[in-house]
This record gives sequence, structure tokens and C-alpha cells, in this order.
Amino acid sequence: MDPSTSSAITLNINGEKHTLSVDHRTTLLDALRERLDLTGTKKGCDQGQCGACTVLLDGQRAVSCLQLAVSAEGRDITTIEGIAEGERLHPVQQAFLDLDGYQCGYCTPGQICSAVAMIEEHAAGWPSAVSDDLRPDAAPAPLTADEIRERMSGNLCRCGAYVQIVEAVTEAAAAGNKAGNRAGKAGKEAAA
Amino acid sequence: MREFGYQRAVDVSGAVAQLGADPEARFLGGGTNLVDLMKIGVERPAQLVDISGLPLGQIESTEGGGLRIGATVTNSDLAAHPEVRRRYPALAQAVLAGASGQLRNMATVGGNLLQRTRCGYFTDVTQPCNKRAPGSGCPAIEGEHRNHAILGASEHCVAVHPSDMGVALAAFDAVVSYETADGPEGATSGGELPIADFYRPVGDTPHLETALPPGALITGVTLPPAPVSARSRYRKVRERASYAFAIGSVAAALDVRDGAVHDVRLAFGAVASRPWRAREAERALIGAPADADTFAAAADAELAAAQPLPENGYKVTLMHNLVVAVLTELREETAR
Repeated sequence: MDPSTSSAITLNINGEKHTLSVDHRTTLLDALRERLDLTGTKKGCDQGQCGACTVLLDGQRAVSCLQLAVSAEGRDITTIEGIAEGERLHPVQQAFLDLDGYQCGYCTPGQICSAVAMIEEHAAGWPSAVSDDLRPDAAPAPLTADEIRERMSGNLCRCGAYVQIVEAVTEAAAAGNKAGNRAGKAGKEAAA
Repeated sequence: MREFGYQRAVDVSGAVAQLGADPEARFLGGGTNLVDLMKIGVERPAQLVDISGLPLGQIESTEGGGLRIGATVTNSDLAAHPEVRRRYPALAQAVLAGASGQLRNMATVGGNLLQRTRCGYFTDVTQPCNKRAPGSGCPAIEGEHRNHAILGASEHCVAVHPSDMGVALAAFDAVVSYETADGPEGATSGGELPIADFYRPVGDTPHLETALPPGALITGVTLPPAPVSARSRYRKVRERASYAFAIGSVAAALDVRDGAVHDVRLAFGAVASRPWRAREAERALIGAPADADTFAAAADAELAAAQPLPENGYKVTLMHNLVVAVLTELREETAR
């Protein structure tokens, strides 16, 4: 067995490579915040229960507080700092701003990262615990408020801004669909 | 947290060799339970062997219509898989009823089976606990046990197994495959454990939870083909609408022909140290009229063995009502 308790690792975060030496006990959350100055990702419970530390690993949402940094090597990590495209906000970010999807803002980076990936999970046809019909040939459940509440239940908001969060996610999902349809149409026209 | 060494495994035989016979080494899958327990000092491994990169992430159909699920398949991928949803809908429902989207994306099938109880004494290292510190006692029996076991417990431990997934696997007679280093000349050799034998009875050894040999790596779970499983449900009761452990749950499958129960599967969650296959209830159901009286009698047959503690007697009523409700729903689905 390797007696070493630390390793030099390279993390791929928001498209940039960061090389650092980490004690194996370091979580991805602590590496982001304490070592790489990416403090947008927040530490809430540090026990995987609140979702404030949500980031995307290979495009899928995950809690960075239960993810060891050393085990995240080789994966594509996206934090809240990497959600926008340059100066152009992601539709989920814009919707949270437009619809006041927060009060104090502490849970917001996690809410936004979670919502971005959740909308993609839904679009990929993943069912949820409140979906009526799980059969694969059934029509996908529409992203109703109930579906959003269930799918976002891993993100707590102690200010209780849930009403606006649900509205913001609804708006962002609809905006994304419109943009997707436009892109699809443009693609077809280009092909024609 | 104790300092630890870390290695990545690239294949199953390598992973088993890397863990070796070291009782202080652990396999790291999604980490959603292990890392959490390491933070609070319940788990204190000296070595982690990271198995998240092993080629065990597939779900494949077996001959005859069953499914083989790799150990590192995430809970999310399991619940979203078309054949799981088609052939074993209660399994998809059970997985979706557990944890949160983030945790399901991280957590693996193997890790879900091996997750530890959320008993508050087990997770508090300042307290006695026979599961964590054998022989130290069980404060839950006289203390906080509102969410503890009513079936199969002992005077040494009354904790419940927290898995939702495992309840559906118990109903469907899943078989757990594993690999150990016991083969000739250092090679690995495979073994299998039916889910009914996978978890050990509590007895006086609550710290020994599974029948896996020391150092074994779970490689997958096989669901045998069973037509009845296509008409199945998982229903979970918890203290809030989402993202909480069960206080009681039922996985059930039902096939009714000419008004009588032709085939049935029934398993309970959050009532015992392991997912609880309700065989007494099944025996009472087979061949009987598929009506509310039969369903109630079957629930009573299983729950006759219940030994509730002062604060968790509600679970007997809860489980009775859950059994009747879920079987009634399935019967009506059959009638459609």
C-alpha cells in the first residue's frame, strides 16, 4: 500500500487545468474554496444534505462536500464561476435575477448549478419520484412545479425563497426550450 | 479525519489486490456515505481504493429477460434505465424515492447496498453503539428509537437499514456478485449471494452486517427474470415530502388471475436491520382472493412477529396500512 497521505493532482475546472498538491482528506469543496480561490461554491452543512456546494462533474450535478478532490482528477468540473458564457448569463442565472430567486443568496450558486443540470436531466427523459408513469414509452412528464420541487429537493434555502426559485427554474426551462427550438430550426435551415 | 493513503483501481483484480487483507482499507465508490462517515469519525480507514473508474458501469439484459447491473452504475442511471423502468418499475421508484438528484448522481449500486444505518447513536462517536463499538451497548433501546426496527432486531441492536433500493432488490430476489482474492495463485475468484443471505441476522453481532467475505468487492447485482415484477410499485412514507429516509416503505408486485392472487412479491423497508422480505404475507396471499380482507390478513401474518419498542409501535399500523394500500393499487392497475 502507498503510505503517502497526499498527492499532486490536476483538476480540470471550468475548462482550465489547475495543478496542486492535496492532502487526501481534502474535499473538492475545500480545494475549490481554500486552494483555488473559487469561492462561488458555498459550504453549508458539509454533510451532503443542503446542496449549497453543488457543482457539475462531467455535466452532472454533485455535492462537492462529499467528493474527495483526489478522486475528482480527470473529470470535467464546472462551478458557478463557469456557468455563464463570458458576460452572457446562463438562462437559469438570468431567471433567478429577473424573478428574485433568492433572498440572502448563500444557497444560490448551488441552486443555479443544480437547476442547470436538472433541466438537462429532465430533457434527457429521466423520471422523478413524482412522475406518474415511469414506463420508458410513456410521454415524458412535463416540468411542472411539483416536478421542479421534487427534482430540486436536494437544495435547501433557509430564507425560504422556494416560491420564486420554482418560478425562476420554470422560466429558465421554458427559455431554454425556446432557444433549443430556435437552434434546431436554424440547424435544419442550414442543412437545407 | 484520520489521514489515509489513496489509490485508483483500474480493474477488478487490481482493486481486490490493492485492498488486500488490510482491515483498515476501504473501497471508495461514490463516497456519499463513506466520506460522510469519515468526517464524523465513524469510519477511520487508513487506505482508500477508488473503484469509481472500474468498468462496472453497465446494465445488460440476461438470457431469459433478467438484468445484470454493474456495481458502479449510479443510482441515477439505474432509475433512468428503460429496461429497469419497464421490467422492474418498483426498483426505479425506490431509487428515485431516495436521497437527492445530486446524491443519486454520485452514489453507486454497490455502495447503496453497503450503506450504514442512520441511527443517531451509530453516527455519534461519543455514544455507545454495538454496531460501531461492539460490546459497548445500545442506547436506542431505552432512548430515541422512534424510527427503529420492529422486525428481526435483537437486544444488541435495533437500527434499521436505510436503503430504498435494497427493498426492491429484496422483493425481486436479486443476486449480489462479488470478487475476492481467494483464487489459486493469487488470482481472484467470484462468488454470489442471494439478497436473502446477503445481510446477516442481527443477533449478537450487529457490527457484522453482510455475509461478504473479508476484502470482497461487489461487482454487480443480477435481477432474475420474473413476469410479476413488471407490475410493481414502491411506496415510501417519510416525515417530509421529499429527500428524507423512510419511516416505512413497501415494494410490491402483484399478478391477479380470475380474481385470485397468482403471484406476489412483498418487501418492507425501514422496519429491520435489512430489507425485509415479507414471506409470511406472500404465503397468505398466494391463491387467495385479491381483496381487501386478504391483503389485511396477509399484512397481519407478517406483522405478527413485530416487536415494537415503546416509541415505534406506530410502524406496525403504518406497515399494515401500506401493504393494503399498495396491493389495492396494484390490483386496480391489473384490472385496467
